[in-house]
Amino acid sequence: MSKRTIIPFGPQHPVLPEPIHLDLVVEDEKVIEAIPSIGFIHRGLEKLVEKKDFIDYVYVAERICGICSAIHGQTYCQAVEEVMNIAVPERALYLRTIWGELSRVHSHLLWLGLMADGFGFEALFMHCWRLRETVLDMIEETTGGRVIFGSCKVGGVRKDIDKPTLERIVAKLNGMEKEIKEVTDVFIVDRSVKHRTVGVGVLSKQDAYELGAVGPTMRASGINQDMRKLGYAAYKQLKFEPIVETAGDSYSRCVVRIKEIFQSIDLIRQAAVQLPEGPIDVKVTGTPSGEFFARTEQPRGEVIYYLKANGTRFLQRLRVRTPTFANIPALVKLLQGCELADVPILALTIDPCISCTER
Amino acid sequence: MIEEQNILSVQPEELVAKVTACKNDGFRLVQIGCAKIDETFEINYTFDKDYRFEDLKVTVPCANATLPSVSHVYWAAFLYENEIHDLFGIDVTNIALDYKGNFYRTTVTAPFATSGSEAKELKA
Repeated sequence: MSKRTIIPFGPQHPVLPEPIHLDLVVEDEKVIEAIPSIGFIHRGLEKLVEKKDFIDYVYVAERICGICSAIHGQTYCQAVEEVMNIAVPERALYLRTIWGELSRVHSHLLWLGLMADGFGFEALFMHCWRLRETVLDMIEETTGGRVIFGSCKVGGVRKDIDKPTLERIVAKLNGMEKEIKEVTDVFIVDRSVKHRTVGVGVLSKQDAYELGAVGPTMRASGINQDMRKLGYAAYKQLKFEPIVETAGDSYSRCVVRIKEIFQSIDLIRQAAVQLPEGPIDVKVTGTPSGEFFARTEQPRGEVIYYLKANGTRFLQRLRVRTPTFANIPALVKLLQGCELADVPILALTIDPCISCTER
Repeated sequence: MIEEQNILSVQPEELVAKVTACKNDGFRLVQIGCAKIDETFEINYTFDKDYRFEDLKVTVPCANATLPSVSHVYWAAFLYENEIHDLFGIDVTNIALDYKGNFYRTTVTAPFATSGSEAKELKA
């Protein structure tokens, strides 16, 4: 037996400058075991709910993550609205859907760029992020923010999108599709890229299910589940099917995210056509009492907001289970038996967001 | 309502058997989360199968709270159980991968074991 060595990976690593630490137990160049460790920057935001008015807490929820902030805010609002039996206007539900999907497009483009950077394809990284800038411009145009949208509130949304603006955004997305395809085709067909992803880090369907993997990590292993199919926001009115691949390797996880970009653009198109006229919010009166688990599909997968309230303006408990947290056991499994050089790429393929995880 | 949510109360001694039954029925472990409600801890074990939501709720008194680990049924539970230990101070016995209090680096021991109002009283 070769000599075993423990190599520390993170909490600051050139490929993954987010504070997750892995103790990699290696024999020669092969990883035998990976022991994860987090909590370097845990912010205790769940605890803050005890001191923050439940209406105001949406500002905090949005700041749990700098990438999928819109969906964090939306999920928190959904949980409160379910407990309080608030009927959110249809137009607000469509607007939440549009912002949620714009969020998914920019998040997946961000991830593709990071992935390209991870395997040293700098030009590809820059093209992905160039395209992402256009999406951020759309978000800025409609919400005033590029990272924190501030568009969702309990009972609806704060901002509306007028028809000309929405038509301009849809036209721009239609034009972008060709460009996105040109760039994403590199991930799908380029030999040097496939060399780093095809057959690397295989997560079987059984493992993905038993380890509680979520999102693209789960769907790339052949599991057909996407929380948008629950029909929250406007998804019950839109036509789509979860994107599923079966190989379970890094390439499949990449392909799922690429296809989801085009799916999101299609969902925005559908929502723009169906967007009903009407109010964008309702007045919220009273205080919440009860409990609910809100589940939505973030770019990284299913997020859970558990809320328990006792009829005061301060919630008793808010529990946020982020998709990255759920994907850590899958990452540990992926790393067992891999080559040391593949560790950064494999860590990237779950699209880790430690900011969310350290909520 | 977006979805039906079945929340079933179970006793701590029934927990492992109930969780094992969920695993045998093909449920995915969605999350384990804890809430301090007055002088008790409520621990929710959440499962999903084909978008069907099930939740097992265990309630234990805060004083000397202990729970059996379910990480030998669902290995992924080790993360949640370490989290519950570090944030709430609950002694979860026999965790498959036990960080022994080093999963979260907190300056205060079991920071979530105190409610907001209690924390204010302590500060005063």
